[in-house]
Amino acid sequence: MYDFSYHKPSSLAEAAKALGSAEDGKLMAGGMTLIPTLKQRLARPSDVIDLGGIVELKGIRRAGNALVIGAMARHAEVAHSDVVRSAIPALAELAEGIGDPQVRNRGTIGGSIANADPAADYPAAVVGLGATVETNKRKIAADDFFKGLFETALEDGEIVTAVSFPIPEKAAYMKFPNPASRYAIVGAFVAKTGGGVRVAVTGAGPSVFRVAAMEQALAKSFTPDAIKDIKVAADGLNADIHASAEYRAHLVTVMARRAVAAAAG
Amino acid sequence: MPSSVRMTVNGKAVSGTVEPRTLLVQFLREHLGLTGTHVGCDTSQCGACVVHVDGVSVKSCTMLAVQAEGAKVTTIEGLANGGLHPMQAAFHEHHGLQCGFCTPGMIMSAIDLVKHNSDPSEQEIREWLEGNICRCTGYHNIVKSIKAGAAAMRGATK
Ligand SMILES: Cc1cc2nc3c(=O)[nH]c(=O)nc-3n(C[C@H](O)[C@H](O)[C@H](O)COP(=O)(O)OP(=O)(O)OC[C@H]3O[C@@H](n4cnc5c(N)ncnc54)[C@H](O)[C@@H]3O)c2cc1C
Repeated sequence: MYDFSYHKPSSLAEAAKALGSAEDGKLMAGGMTLIPTLKQRLARPSDVIDLGGIVELKGIRRAGNALVIGAMARHAEVAHSDVVRSAIPALAELAEGIGDPQVRNRGTIGGSIANADPAADYPAAVVGLGATVETNKRKIAADDFFKGLFETALEDGEIVTAVSFPIPEKAAYMKFPNPASRYAIVGAFVAKTGGGVRVAVTGAGPSVFRVAAMEQALAKSFTPDAIKDIKVAADGLNADIHASAEYRAHLVTVMARRAVAAAAG
Repeated sequence: MPSSVRMTVNGKAVSGTVEPRTLLVQFLREHLGLTGTHVGCDTSQCGACVVHVDGVSVKSCTMLAVQAEGAKVTTIEGLANGGLHPMQAAFHEHHGLQCGFCTPGMIMSAIDLVKHNSDPSEQEIREWLEGNICRCTGYHNIVKSIKAGAAAMRGATK
C-alpha cells in the first residue's frame, strides 16, 4: 500500500470538503473493497476519507411506503434489522447472503453500490425494487445509477447518503453464488408492486440489467412457468473460469424462476 | 504522515505511532507483539486474522489501525482468563486443528457465532465458517469443537 493522508470527518459537509480539497481523494466505507485495492497498489489516492464517523449516513428507517437505508449501514445490520425483515424480507436475505460474516460486519450498502462490481448483490435489489439513490447533491433513480462495469452516475465529489426502497407487495432474490467468494455468478431479483413487475439480474453482464420480456410475462401471470421459455441472449454476457456466457444466460432464467417461486410462495 | 493511535486491546489501554496505511493486524503483531493473530492470504478471504473490534468479528488485515482508534479490540491472547476459554478448551479436547495456523481466527469467529446463536446446528456452523479457511482438517473436527465450545459457553453463563 502506498502512503496517504487519513481523514475521519464527523459530518457529511466536512467529508465533502475534505474530498473536494484533496488532490486525489477516495472515500472509504468499510474498506472491504478499497483496502484490498490499495494493498495491491491498484489505486494510489492522496487522501482517504473515512465515512465511519458520520452519524447522518447511519441507520435504517421506514418512511411511509419506503425503507430508507443509510449508506453506512453494514450488511449484517441490514440482515438482522427488524425494520428490514418486516418491510422487505428479500432485502434482509440478500444481505445475509453476501460474502462471509466478517465481510458483512464491515461492508456497507453505499460502498457496494458505489463500487458497482458486476457480481455484487445489492445492485440487483436497487434496480429490482426501483429504488432511489440519495447523494449529498441529488436523488438518482436506480435505472439511471448503474452505468457499466464498475461505473455509476456518481460524479467526482458526490457521496451516497442513503438508498430509498419502495416497499413491494412481493419480492425475492435468488443467486447462484461463486462457491469461494459468494459473489453472484448470476443473481435475479424479482419484485411485484402496484406499478408492475421488475426483474433485475446481476453477475451475468458487465452491469445489472432488467429483463423486459420477463417483466411483461410476470405482470400477466406471476408464476415461475410464465417465464420458463424466456431466455436472454449470451452475447455480451460475462465469461470467465467460473462460467461461460451461455451458462450464465441459462442461469438467468433458472434464477428468475426460483425467485418468482420464492416470492409467490 | 505518522499519527498516534489509541485503543484498548485485551482490556489494556495501548497507544502507538503508525502510518495511516498500517493495518490493524500489523499494529497488533508488530507494534504490540501479539503474534497470535495470523496473516494468511492477506486478501480478505481466509480469516486467519479475525479479531473482535467493539464486540464483532472482523478481518484485521482489512482494517486500518487508525480505523480502530478508540475501539475495544480482543485477540486470541485476550481469551484465556485463568484457564483456557471454553472455546479454546473445546478445540484442544476435540482436536479442532492440525497445523494450527487458522485456529486463532477460527476460535475468534466461533465465539462471535455463539454470541448470535448460542446453540448452532452443524449446518449453521459450516455456513458461519464461510470466511475461515482451513487447509488441513476438512473442517470436521473444527465443527465438532465449535458445537462443544458452544455447549460449554452455554453452561458457563448459566
Ligand atoms: C471476501 C469477500 C467476499 C465478498 N462477497 C461478496 C458477495 O458475495 N456479494 C457482494 O455483493 N459483495 C461481496 N463482497 C463485497 C462487499 O460486500 C462490500 O460491500 C464491498 O466490497 C464494498 O465494501 P465497503 O462497503 O466496505 O466499501 P469500500 O471498500 O470502503 O468502498 C468501495 C468503493 O466505494 C466508494 N464509496 C464507499 N462509500 C461511498 C459513498 N457513501 N459514496 C460514494 N462512494 C462511496 C469508495 O470510494 C470505493 O471506491 C465481498 C468482499 C470480500 C472482501
